[in-house]
This record gives sequence, structure tokens and C-alpha cells, in this order.
Amino acid sequence: MLKQLLFLFWLAFSAITLAEPRATGDLGLIIERESGSALIVNTTEHKQLARIENLGDTSHASVVFSRDQRYAYLFARDGGLSKIDLLQDRLVKRIVQAGNSIGGAISQDGRIVAVSNYTPGGVKLFSADTLEPIADIPAEYGASQRSKVIGLADAPGQRFIFSLFDAGEIWLADVSDHQKPSLEKFKNIGKQPYDGLITPEGRYYVAGLFGEPGMSVLDLWHTEAGAKHILPNYIKEDEKLPVFKMPHLEGWAMAGDYVFLPAIGKHEVLVIDSRTWQLVKAIPVLGQPVFVRARPDARQVWLNFAFPDNHQLQIIDVKDLAVSNTLEPGKGVLHLEFSPRGEQVWVALRDDNQVVVYDSYHLKELARIPAKKPNGIFFSARAHQIGL
Amino acid sequence: MIIRGLLLLLLIMARNTYAEPSAERQAALRELVQQDCGACHGLTRKGGIGPSLLPDALTAKTDDYLITTILNGRPGTAMPPWRSFISQVEAEWLVDNLLRK
Ligand code: HEC
Repeated sequence: MLKQLLFLFWLAFSAITLAEPRATGDLGLIIERESGSALIVNTTEHKQLARIENLGDTSHASVVFSRDQRYAYLFARDGGLSKIDLLQDRLVKRIVQAGNSIGGAISQDGRIVAVSNYTPGGVKLFSADTLEPIADIPAEYGASQRSKVIGLADAPGQRFIFSLFDAGEIWLADVSDHQKPSLEKFKNIGKQPYDGLITPEGRYYVAGLFGEPGMSVLDLWHTEAGAKHILPNYIKEDEKLPVFKMPHLEGWAMAGDYVFLPAIGKHEVLVIDSRTWQLVKAIPVLGQPVFVRARPDARQVWLNFAFPDNHQLQIIDVKDLAVSNTLEPGKGVLHLEFSPRGEQVWVALRDDNQVVVYDSYHLKELARIPAKKPNGIFFSARAHQIGL
Repeated sequence: MIIRGLLLLLLIMARNTYAEPSAERQAALRELVQQDCGACHGLTRKGGIGPSLLPDALTAKTDDYLITTILNGRPGTAMPPWRSFISQVEAEWLVDNLLRK
């Protein structure tokens, strides 16, 4: 009897100690755009670990991670900000902080989460810990109008940087004093900045312009020089092709000194030398690029396309600055994400209800993971990258 | 002569009432509005970089104005022309049956 009891104790005890501890460094989130849900996935095992629900309108969503890689912060279209625990597979908290939002960022020290909003236009700051509001930065311009805010990124020195779509301005907010962000505004930076990126070391902020050709570049080491309009003549008004989806600059596409950016209204990827900000080459591609992303080893750049070419992917070989491959992974290619060292790339196929994983060196398919209308893939390695 | 005229009229009326896309095209258009228009106007059409396309937001606007916007786009804004993918008849159906409802 005693022996049996002891055995039972031992069983129970070992079950507890044997419960696998989980690391979060190789996890990711796949957003499901129509069901307000997200999958937590293990990128080593190509496995779904959990589905987190009740995330609101995730038809457009993006994610940043806490520096300990335990929590994911998800910014949803409906103004929802959700904090997800990757260790315990649960939604910790969700708030709705605006009517319509587009993206977010996490501060250098990991304590502040910032959200960029369309309505009411502006940026709001929250405690990363509790999601309690810290400060509000209304994007006011002209005669007290509010501008949609896009291209929000973290900048070194505990700052956030973002662009005002309607106002044509770039704002730099220093949030060292949490309650009282101090603002520096750069005006007349160009018409309708539609998205922005910060280079991997955090020095340059590039805002792509929609309302006129070119981009606006701000050197954060020399803010006194103001923003510089580059490539103002790369396209003529009469050669512009219709753009059926706005490109994204989120996720840097830097390879060595070269920045790879989508052209707007031209089926090209622009290669720009970041030392001079001059055009090195315009690489013809098969459609309007949406995401242009460099593999971490900088040898390849992968891109997807706007409607009606959104069933394809192209790969640029950086050595030749030319397209080396075209893939047709499936229908509704919405997003792609590299593993931290680039051996895998995950591609979201909205209309096929799955994510396909490629070996990016041999272009071999490694796995297909079911997901409901996936539209965004975010790996926890982003936690340690400036601007992501 | 009169009978002929009447017949012709009937024919035209019949044509008009039946001038709508096939069931298959309707499904494709529904998908297009949700996904591809949704990229700028939101999956639920409540707005994004483009304005809300919910019935309330459109009440003050005429069908013609909306159809023209869809087919020709709005130069100088992010609204692209859809005429390579959507016909006049389809745009009419889309406004009446998807956007107004
Ligand atoms: C690339 C972004 C984009 C896409 C995709 C897009 N639109 Fe638009 N749309 C806009 C913008 C921006 C405006 C506002 C234009 C302006 O400022 O006058 C607009 C305006 C409109 C208007 C006029 C609304 C009003 O209140 O005047 C209609 C109708 C419309 N779009 C329908 C559609 C339909 C239908 C589709 C899909 C077939 C579509 N749009 C796809 C960006 C887009």
C-alpha cells in the first residue's frame, strides 16, 4: 500500500518536473486576418503551438516584441492593442485605444509601446507592462486638422519617429521623460508619406512618398540639416501605373550599403546607395512591389506584389542586382518573414489558408502550415532589432 | 409597328433588369471588394488610407459619382482606376448591391 502510494507520488512529481520548459527565442505569431486571431508557432519545429482569439479586427495588423521575448504586442486595425504571453499561450490584456490604427513600435528600453493612428490621427504611448496610457501626441497641423500617422518606428535615444500622411511632415518624439514627450517637427518633407523605415543601426529614417516621386530621408545624426528629398525625378507623371495596394517599408531591406525600396507606380525595385542617397539601379520586377525584404545575410532580397500579381514572389540576387528567381507559392501572397539567420523564409498565403516555409538557399519547400487567411508573420527575433 | 415597338421596349427592360454579373462573377466581386478594396478601405469597409465605404458614408453621393470613381480612380490620390478588372455593369452592381448594403 505504502509502496503504491509512493509510486503515485513519484509519478505526479515527475509529470510536473518533466513538463517541458518553453523558450521563446524561436517563436513567432501568424496573424489570421478575418477571424481576429493569431497562431503562436515554433519556427524550429514548424509547428502551431496555440491559437489566440478575440484580437479584434486583424485585417491589417503588426506586432512588436518585449525585449525578453516573452510578450507580443499586436496592433490591430480597429485600434486594438493586445498583449500576448508567448510562454503561457494567452491574451494578457487588450485595449481599444483609437478608432482606426495602422501600426506600432516599442521603445529602446522596452518600457513604452507606441501606436500610430488614422482616426483620431496621432500617436499614443502606453506602458508596456500594464498597457495603461502614458501620453498622447495628436498629429495636428494647419488649422487644427488631424493627420493620419504612418511609418512609426523606434529610434535610438529613447525616441519614436513617424510621418504624417496628410500633412507631409516627419515628427521625432523624445520620450526619455515618459509623461512629457518632447517633439521635433520636420515640415514640407514631401506629399503624402505612406510608410517609413529606419535603417538597422537606427541612423536614417526614410519615408516613402505617394503624392510625388521619391522619398524623404532624415539623418538622425544631423537632424539640423532637415529631411532631404531624394530621387524626385525617378518617374514621370505620364508613365505612372496604377497602384492597387500601398507598398510597405516596414522591415528594412538593407544589404551592405544598399537600400532596396519599392518604386511607386513603376514595376521596379530601386537600389539606393545609403552613403550618397543616389540611385544605383532600378531593377525591373513583375509587378508593383509591396514588401521588399533582405535575407539577413544580405545576399538576396525577396519581394511580393500588389493585386493582380499577388500570387508570385521574386528574388533579387544582390551580387548581380537582378532578379534571379520567380516563385508561385500560392494565392494571395501577403507577407514574408525570414528566420533570424535567414535559412528559412515563411510566406503567408491568404487565399490558400496556409503559410509556406522555404529553405531560402535551395528554394525547397520545407513545410506548409495551415492558418486561416494569414496576412502577417512576425518572429520574436524582432525583439532585438532596431526599427522592428 | 406599335407591337414591335412594345416588344423592343420589353426587350430593353428585360435586358436592363437582367444586366447583372453572373453568380460566379458576383462571388468574385464580393471577394475583390473585401480583400483588394479592403486593402485601403478596410476589410469591414470602415476606412483605412481610403475613406469609409459603409452605406452611411455614401448616402449623400450619387451612383454615378461612385461608379466613375471606381472605374476611373481619382488622379492625384491613392484611389486607382479599376476599369481593367471591373466593367461598367459590374461597377453598377457593386455599388447597388455591395456598397449600399
Ligand atoms: C490603393 C488604395 C485604394 C484601393 C486599393 C481602393 N481605393 Fe477606393 N479610394 C482610395 C482613396 C485614397 C480614396 C479617396 C480619394 C480622395 O481623396 O478623393 C478612395 C475613394 C473611393 C471612393 C469614393 C468615396 C467617397 O466617399 O468619395 C469609392 C466609391 C471607392 N474608393 C471605391 C473603391 C473600390 C470599390 C475599390 C476596390 C475595387 C477601391 N476603392 C480600392 C484608395 C483606394
